[in-house]
Amino acid sequence: MSLWRDIQGTLQPFWVTLRNMMRKPVTRQYPEEKTVPSFRYRGRLVLTRDPQGEERCVACHMCSAACPVDCISMQAAEAEDGRRYAAWFRINFARCIFCGLCTEACPTLAIQMTTDYEFAKRDPLHFVYEKDDLLIHDGGKDLHYDFYRHAGIGVANPRGKNADEYGPVDPRSLLP
Amino acid sequence: MMDMLLTLALILVKLLLIFGVVLTLAAYLVLAERKILGRLQLRHGPNRVGPFGLLQPLADVIKLLTKEDTIPAGADRPIFLLAPGLTAITALLAFAVVPFSPPITLFGRTVPMVVCDLNIGVLYFLGLSSLAVYGVALGGWASNSKYALLGSIRGLAQLISYELSMGLAIVPVVLATRSFSLTDIVMAQANIPFALVHPLAFLIFFISMLAESKRVPFDLPEAEAELVAGFHTEYSGMRFGLFFVGEYINLIILSAMITVLFLGGWHGPLLPPLVWFVGKVLFICFIFIWIRGSLPRLRYDQLMHFGWKVLVPLALLNVLVTGAVLLWLGV
Ligand code: SF4
Ligand code: SF4
Repeated sequence: MSLWRDIQGTLQPFWVTLRNMMRKPVTRQYPEEKTVPSFRYRGRLVLTRDPQGEERCVACHMCSAACPVDCISMQAAEAEDGRRYAAWFRINFARCIFCGLCTEACPTLAIQMTTDYEFAKRDPLHFVYEKDDLLIHDGGKDLHYDFYRHAGIGVANPRGKNADEYGPVDPRSLLP
Repeated sequence: MMDMLLTLALILVKLLLIFGVVLTLAAYLVLAERKILGRLQLRHGPNRVGPFGLLQPLADVIKLLTKEDTIPAGADRPIFLLAPGLTAITALLAFAVVPFSPPITLFGRTVPMVVCDLNIGVLYFLGLSSLAVYGVALGGWASNSKYALLGSIRGLAQLISYELSMGLAIVPVVLATRSFSLTDIVMAQANIPFALVHPLAFLIFFISMLAESKRVPFDLPEAEAELVAGFHTEYSGMRFGLFFVGEYINLIILSAMITVLFLGGWHGPLLPPLVWFVGKVLFICFIFIWIRGSLPRLRYDQLMHFGWKVLVPLALLNVLVTGAVLLWLGV
C-alpha cells in the first residue's frame, strides 16, 4: 500500500509542473511594467504647502523628535509677521527607514509620504535632501487643510478672527 | 601515406565539430534549464540579455572570466587547480565513442560518424564515468573546507551505490547485441529500441543516470540547502565555470548514452538520422530538467538503501531472466 502511495507521490509533481508550464508566468516585468503602489504606500517624503501656497512647516521639531533614526534636522526661524518657518530643513534618506512616524507627528500635515518607490542612487551623499528638494507646490494628500486658518496666532488673520476661534477677552470686563 | 593523412584530417574535423557543438550545446543547455525551470515555477527565467535572453550564456562566460579566482588558505593548490578540469575533460572524452549517425560515404570512402568506434565503447564509457567522480572527490578534499569535504564524501558514497546497478543495467543490452561497440548496439535497434524490449533495465539505467549526473533528486554532493554548494563551495571564477559546464556536458553525454543504449540512437522514421539523434538527446535533457523542477532531494542514506536494496537486486534479476530467455530462444 505504501509503495503505491510512493509511486503516486513521485508521479503527481510531474503533472503539477507540466500544468504550470502551460500557464502564463506571474512575474511582473518590472522596469517595463511598473507597480502602482497603494495610496498609503510609504515612499519618499515631501514638504507640502497650504492652500495659500505658503510653507506649512512651522519648524516645531515634532517630526525630528519622532524619527526613530534621527534623520531629520532643521533650523527654526520667524518671519516679520510672526509666522514660524524652517530656515533650513534636511532629511537624510540614506538613513530614513520610511516608517512614517514623522508624518504622524506633524501637527500641520506639512511632511507627507509619497508613492515614489524608485529611489535608488549610486552615491549615499545624494540622498541628503535639502528643503528645496523636499518642498512641493501644493498640499499633497490634503489640499484644503490650512493650519493657520484655525490656530494661527495673528498671522493669517488678526487675533481671534480665525474660524473656530473666539476673540480675546478683556479680563477687566469679567470683573463682578 | 595520403590515406593516413586523410583519415587524420577527418578525425580532426570530427573532433572540432563535436567540441564546438557540444560546448555550445552545454552553454545553451544552461540557459534552457533556467528558462524551463522558470516556466515550471511560473517565472520567466532569464530574458534580459539579448532577444529572449539568448545572449545570457555569453554574459555568464564574461562574468565568470572576469571574476577573481580565489584559492582558500590551506588548500592543496595543485589538486585544487586540477580538479575542475578533470570533471570537464572526462565528460568531453566520453563523446569519442558516441555514434551520432550511420556511416556516410565521403570521397569514395565510408566514414563512421563517431570519433573512434572502439569495440569496447561501453566499458570505455563506464570507466570515464567512474573517473569523473575524482574531480568531485579531489576538488572537495583539496578545498580544505568541511562543506566541500562532506560534498565529496557524499559524491563517493553515491558513486558506489549507483555504479553497480548502472553497469548491470547495461548487461542485457550487451547480451542481446553480443557486442560492446556502441555502433553495433545502435545497429541492433534498427527495428525496435531496447527500451521496449528491456523496460526494467531501461528504468534502472535511467535512475542510475540521474544519480550519475548529480542532479535532483540525487544532487547530494552539492545539496545547496545543507552544504552551501557542496564540493565546489570554495571555487570561484572560471574554475567554478568548468565544474558547472562539466556538469552540463555530462548531462549531454548521459542523455546520448541513454539514446544510444536504449532509445535506438539515430533510428527513426522520415527525418534524417542526425536529427533523430539530436532530438532524442534534447528530449532526454528536457526530461532531466523536468525532473529537477518536480522532485525534492533524497537523503543520502535513502539513495544508498535504494541503490543497494532495490536497484542492484532488480538489475541482477533482470540479467538472469534476460540471459535465460536469450538462451532459451537460442539467439
Ligand atoms: S519616515 Fe521614519 S525614518 Fe524616515 S524621516 Fe520619517 S520618522 Fe524618520
Ligand atoms: S514638518 Fe511638521 S512636525 Fe516637522 S517641523 Fe515642520 S511642522 Fe513640525
